Amino acid sequence: MKRTIFRNQLLPWLLLAPQLIITFVFFLWPAGQAVRQSFLREDAFGIRTTFVGFDNFIALWNSPEYLNSLQVTAVFAISVTVLSMGLSLLLAIAVDRMIRSARVYSTLLVWPYAVAPAVAGILWWFIFNPTIGIMPYMLDQMGYDWNHISDKGDAMMLVVIASAWKQISYNFLFFLAGLQAIPASLREAAAIDGAGPVRRFFDITFPLLSPTTFFLLVVNIVYAMFDTFGVIDATTEGGPAQATNILVYKVYFDGFVGQNLGSSAAQSVVLMALVLVLTVIQFRYVEKKVEY
Amino acid sequence: MASITLDNLGKIYAGGTRAVGDVNIDIADGEFIVLVGPSGCGKSTLLRMVAGLESISEGEVRIGDRVVNEIEPADRDIAMVFQNYALYPHMSVRQNLAYGLKNRGTPKSEIERRVGIASDILQIGPFLDRKPRALSGGQRQRVAMGRAIVREPAAFLFDEPLSNLDAKLRVAMRLEIKDLQKRLRTTSLYVTHDQLEAMTLADRLVVLNGGRVEQIGTPLEVYRRPASAFVAGFIGSPAMNLIDSRAVPHLPGTGQAGLIGIRPEDLSVTPDGPIEMQVQAVEELGAQRLVHGQTGGERMTITLPSEGSIADTLRLSFQPQALHLFDRGTGRRMD
Repeated sequence: MKRTIFRNQLLPWLLLAPQLIITFVFFLWPAGQAVRQSFLREDAFGIRTTFVGFDNFIALWNSPEYLNSLQVTAVFAISVTVLSMGLSLLLAIAVDRMIRSARVYSTLLVWPYAVAPAVAGILWWFIFNPTIGIMPYMLDQMGYDWNHISDKGDAMMLVVIASAWKQISYNFLFFLAGLQAIPASLREAAAIDGAGPVRRFFDITFPLLSPTTFFLLVVNIVYAMFDTFGVIDATTEGGPAQATNILVYKVYFDGFVGQNLGSSAAQSVVLMALVLVLTVIQFRYVEKKVEY
Repeated sequence: MASITLDNLGKIYAGGTRAVGDVNIDIADGEFIVLVGPSGCGKSTLLRMVAGLESISEGEVRIGDRVVNEIEPADRDIAMVFQNYALYPHMSVRQNLAYGLKNRGTPKSEIERRVGIASDILQIGPFLDRKPRALSGGQRQRVAMGRAIVREPAAFLFDEPLSNLDAKLRVAMRLEIKDLQKRLRTTSLYVTHDQLEAMTLADRLVVLNGGRVEQIGTPLEVYRRPASAFVAGFIGSPAMNLIDSRAVPHLPGTGQAGLIGIRPEDLSVTPDGPIEMQVQAVEELGAQRLVHGQTGGERMTITLPSEGSIADTLRLSFQPQALHLFDRGTGRRMD
């Protein structure tokens, strides 16, 4: 590590200040507020607050709605991760094999990442809109009646597709970089060693990609669980019948729409704990275990 | 074991660039052939065409009596040693050696037997359960060769296998490869840009330049009678002096030659020598010294014993048979 000696005692603090202030104002302070709030109960008019201990957390545990949301989140996160990682791996392999137009395709594939989640949601909302969308029209031709407003499965499918689509760019870039870091001679050696393309992929390429894959796995789960608020809000708003009400959306809905601040705060504390666990996994395993 | 024939072999890339052309080489069974040339001369392309890693645009490659142009690398019965070793980093040394056999459905006992033999030959027994990253450069090189040996292929292809090693290890491994090939008597095609490596390893050398074969011959043939000015300048260290005949108009025995070649070690200092050289620099190598200078505006180098002082101007002479005469336009040898 590089060590720099500052003669002025104030300068290092000054240089650190912007980052520290941002971290404090936008992360530590609200997080602290959430933790405090999670032990309190406010009355309907916000006049009186009472300390209730772990009541908010116990209430969550006994709430079928919350347990449903947990389950929905799990299904959602796994689907988004599998779909977006699978597709982006396929795309990365395809681009990695190309010689001439690889750059053009890479650039095009990265574009969705620049689209804000809410915009991505709206985009897919239009495409899948039961009245004016193109997809329901085409599905109708094939005899499938698409309606994500009333059908739970369709709604889940919509938010999964919209969320996965946005994440494909990110995964694609990492997979492509990972693939290109594998020396061509390894695959050539395997070809001479009598391994066909499929075998080469599973014996050589995929194992060597595993650090990238594991990293992306954690990143995608975190993305699906915490960064998809915009997609949900712009498309299904958690419905129909709570079918797409993932944990993050429920925090917002219970807190800002339902005005149940205590429960909402308790939910965000649970989410914070989840992030913490995922981060620990990330550092423990990604940084150490999976590498050659 | 098999012979390899390259018949009018050529490679043209998609953009129309020609990398290799008109290559005809007959490699006898058990022969050690070295392809040597400067970088970009097409030697690696040629090797990769034999391996099947590069498609063939013109001509034929035959291994044994089978045309392999359209045959997959795996089915050509060859093994290749790569410059960066190309060991599978996530497999142990044992798995690396066994991978090619496993893919071909070789029975387990047979795999074990062959891995045992190869690891004995190469003395890599103690490392069989290590991963490649835990090995030194020389050990990795051995494993890469072991992977070729266990396959018992018709031919070994080597793509600059020693260029990632330090100088001392390179000399040691060079001897080992030579020794190994003599013992196994497997037809070998070896690519290098290092002319010393080429000279010491080859039964026959193939000197390539600009995608074409300049000369094929035993190391001594190539050294003693280089077929072109390019070969003359490329094979031998220090390089042969190539002088424009107009710079030394009075030199006897040069005839109509445009380029005159004399090896630095064929020149000696005599008071009445026909060439006058202005000394510019001296490199001491220990056993001998290289003296660099100019004659008639052309650069010259001579090798002298490392003793005594050196005058500013030297008169040099040579035996008539030490002269190599080349055409100025084509660079081809004239006699």
